[in-house]
Amino acid sequence: MSSSASPASAPTRVFRSRHSLWQRNEDFLLGFFAILGFLIFWEVAVAQAWINPLFTSSPLRIVRSGYQAFADGSIYNDLSVSAIEFALGYGLAVIVGVPLGILMGWYRRLNALLEPFVNALYATPRIALMPLVIIWFGVDMSSKVAIIFLSTVFPILVNTMTGVRTIDRDFVKVARSFGASDSQLFLTVALPSSVPNLLTGLRLGLGHALIGIVVGEMYGASAGIGYMMQMAGSTFQTDRVMVGIIIIAAAGMALTHVLKMIEHRFEMWRADHRS
Amino acid sequence: MTEARTKKMEARDVRLDFFNGRMKQELTVLDGIDLTVYEGELIAIVGPSGCGKSTFLGAVDGLVRVSAGEIRVDNRRIEGPGGDRAMVFQNDSLFPWRTVIDNVSYGLDLQGKLSRSERRERAQSLVELVGLKGFEKHYPHELSGGMRQRVNIARALATDPELLLLDEPFAALDAQTREFMQVELLKILARAGKTAIFITHQIDEAIFLADRVVVFSARPARVKTIVNVDLVGQRTLETKMQPRFRELYDHIWRLIEEESARTGLITSAVGA
Repeated sequence: MSSSASPASAPTRVFRSRHSLWQRNEDFLLGFFAILGFLIFWEVAVAQAWINPLFTSSPLRIVRSGYQAFADGSIYNDLSVSAIEFALGYGLAVIVGVPLGILMGWYRRLNALLEPFVNALYATPRIALMPLVIIWFGVDMSSKVAIIFLSTVFPILVNTMTGVRTIDRDFVKVARSFGASDSQLFLTVALPSSVPNLLTGLRLGLGHALIGIVVGEMYGASAGIGYMMQMAGSTFQTDRVMVGIIIIAAAGMALTHVLKMIEHRFEMWRADHRS
Repeated sequence: MTEARTKKMEARDVRLDFFNGRMKQELTVLDGIDLTVYEGELIAIVGPSGCGKSTFLGAVDGLVRVSAGEIRVDNRRIEGPGGDRAMVFQNDSLFPWRTVIDNVSYGLDLQGKLSRSERRERAQSLVELVGLKGFEKHYPHELSGGMRQRVNIARALATDPELLLLDEPFAALDAQTREFMQVELLKILARAGKTAIFITHQIDEAIFLADRVVVFSARPARVKTIVNVDLVGQRTLETKMQPRFRELYDHIWRLIEEESARTGLITSAVGA
């Protein structure tokens, strides 16, 4: 931005700004440079010995450690173990949570029967069940699948249930006016209306699943990203801990982003979206 | 109105009470409605705000049960919603997960009488009837308010009802679109050859559209007067300029004003 153009008045600036790369991506670029600045400061602070890398690591050390972990292949086992645990736990939660949520949203009696359990378990931090889960399933993969399942199933179930229950009254009137039976009302109105909430449940479940992976593996495991971080941490390999954090964060952001995009696509289906 | 014409809908002494659970009191909404609608007629119902016009229409559609009296369509007593009637709701209430053509065929899909291809064909012809050819694959949020109401009307007509019920369908539209849609509705109904009951709170809309305007009293609603709309010639946008249109407007407005004043909705009748 040169200052020589400043007396040339606003219109010129507005015209130019429309075409400038900076103006079009200002928010993104600001964020990008903020992070870049932070990383540079971090690196410099370590290089100048202002802070001790034993505690903080540094961007270059993390990159080196990450590169090494992939280069010598030591991380692949942990990655695949965590990925499989996630896929199984999350997949099971979807398979159980979605249908059960739909049924509980639709059948009042079933809901009355199960809601106390759901509420109690939804309110409990599921990670508190970890000792029990270890007793039941041992320290191998199945206990992590179980804790991920428990972490994830309730947000999915509760949101799906809410989705089925919050039907636009106008839609019900239309369906009834056309002589819809209860099952037709369910299939043509309740089910599609529940999709946006269901997707929100899937997205929220994702966050819980990642917590389940990390904490579950830290608590008792023989492999996995959480386990790797736990081991690295107890031997003061701060760089390696940071690599684990970045992997988990990146996975979380990527998966959340995908689900957000799908959610956005179905936003119009939301009952309260219409005026 | 010659009595030789076929009665399409007949309401006899229709009474409707609502129990208000919060106030713990019974509220009489309709109190002895007598009304006959003949085949091919377009009837508009007007009345003071909150008088129960929409409730009456809901009763004709079968969505609300009457407390006493009876409503007959084609001489069959109404017990619930049925394929012989279809409602066009005030909010367009189009399903956002269905395209235009799928919204139109909704009633047909529920009935399941026709094959899939027959339903498509029928829906397609209705989409064309309301002038939305080329928009079949669009979703409701991609359409303007006027277009959405066209879809809404097409959806109601798709099941080929004997009696079309329209509950303030143009209330949410802007003034220009509304006028335009009024003309369109008359064309559509003429092409489809349907009997229709139209609820509105706009007197000019009622006169413009209807063969007869039914004025409801304040709640509990009764039929106060039925005004014959004796306008000459085809209804066009110029119709509203006719002196007779003005006269009818003033006449009906005074009737409604009278009712509103009687129940204290307005404090005093202003000289018109």
